[in-house]
Amino acid sequence: MDKTVKDLASAVAGIEDGMTVMIGGFGGAGGPIELIHALIDRFKATGHPKDLTVVNNNAGNGHVGLAALIEAGMVKKLICSFPRSADPVVFTERYLAGQIELELVPQGTLAERIRAGGAGIPAFYTPTSFGTDLAKGKPVEVFEGRSYVRERWLKADYALIKAQTADLHGNLTFRAAARNFAPVMAMASAVTVVQAAQIVAPGQIDPENVHTPGIFVQKIVEVANAVQEEDLNRAKATYPLEG
Amino acid sequence: MQKLSNNQIAWRAAQDIQDGAYVNLGIGFPEKVAQYTVEGREAIFHTENGILNFGESPAPGEEDWDVINAGKKAVTLKPGASYFHHADSFAMVRGGHLDVAILGAYEVAENGDLANWSTGPKGVPAVGGAMDLVHGAKRVAVITDHVTKDGKPKLVKQCSLPLTGVGCVTRVYTSLAVIDIVEGRFVLREKLASMSLEELQALTGAELVIDGPVTDLVVPEL
Repeated sequence: MDKTVKDLASAVAGIEDGMTVMIGGFGGAGGPIELIHALIDRFKATGHPKDLTVVNNNAGNGHVGLAALIEAGMVKKLICSFPRSADPVVFTERYLAGQIELELVPQGTLAERIRAGGAGIPAFYTPTSFGTDLAKGKPVEVFEGRSYVRERWLKADYALIKAQTADLHGNLTFRAAARNFAPVMAMASAVTVVQAAQIVAPGQIDPENVHTPGIFVQKIVEVANAVQEEDLNRAKATYPLEG
Repeated sequence: MQKLSNNQIAWRAAQDIQDGAYVNLGIGFPEKVAQYTVEGREAIFHTENGILNFGESPAPGEEDWDVINAGKKAVTLKPGASYFHHADSFAMVRGGHLDVAILGAYEVAENGDLANWSTGPKGVPAVGGAMDLVHGAKRVAVITDHVTKDGKPKLVKQCSLPLTGVGCVTRVYTSLAVIDIVEGRFVLREKLASMSLEELQALTGAELVIDGPVTDLVVPEL
């Protein structure tokens, strides 16, 4: 078994107009910047994919990664918990101009909806958001005297995530807190595409230390010296590179 | 009028964190509480993005941007730290595994309702982990100025801003007092000695109930 694809363009080739794409990362940690930029390259060359629904904790920063995807006009709807940050210029402008739809989800509910999507659980009850504006219209049930809000699973056509090491079977390890949403997004997506700092032979990752088993992964591509969103933004980078 | 600085409010809140406690501090002002962990006690800090037992910020230039907190600031790890994914992180939050969450507030109502995520319909709404954090921790404490910048009470009968959670706050540490929420009432526990009960009540938007001793709120210069 060998799930590697030959380059970034091949890795994102199957993403079509109107698809739902989960993108890993929290702030600068775990963002699959090279995969996102490969998707933007395809859009610049072909006009596709567009009208994407993107699931991420945030709404991007600066003019790279997810922010650049939004800036390119490829995103119809964003499902996220915190679309405000230090430099959210792109999303803020589009949102206030009514050009992008937002589904705001509490962060833990977002993680659990994705987990449920990957685990075959269509709905679950959570105490989070009970009695707030974000629970409006959702069924409520009382368990052991407390009220809980029913939330639905969240699934995607594709997930784009970043790992430290992948083996050819797609077994993954993540680096530090770059793990965040990646394991649950890998579970919840029909096709999970991984950019890994290194790809190794099966057996090279100790089975005790596999963070995400390869059954949740469909495509892997090696990106040896991946950039960090935080570093790009500190350098005021934009994508595509100006000029 | 004498009042506590933010550092002093954070210091007071830190005194109630027991040895061995698992603690989540909200982004911003609540992060200060970590600086005042009581000597001889060990608290383990949790961050929503998947770290237990993180410590101080690294020196400038030493940042590892894969090791950040929920405020997206670089942090360091203490011995015994762990990483985990987001679903596990929020299982820790909602599953009742945290001993205390300490959060900021726009308004707290006498029944324990908290408003701390939205100031109204303008701009881009963002909730993050606020609505999750108010459920599940064994204690949900708030640290806040006693009044707004315009001098209006932040402790109120009923929140006017969008709620983060219903009936979730158990204790409020303000710039003037320490107040518990017990059965839908503000019960005064400590107040600055320089302030009379009448003066404090005038700055509070709901009745301050006396039920048991009220001691002086004493905090060192910081």
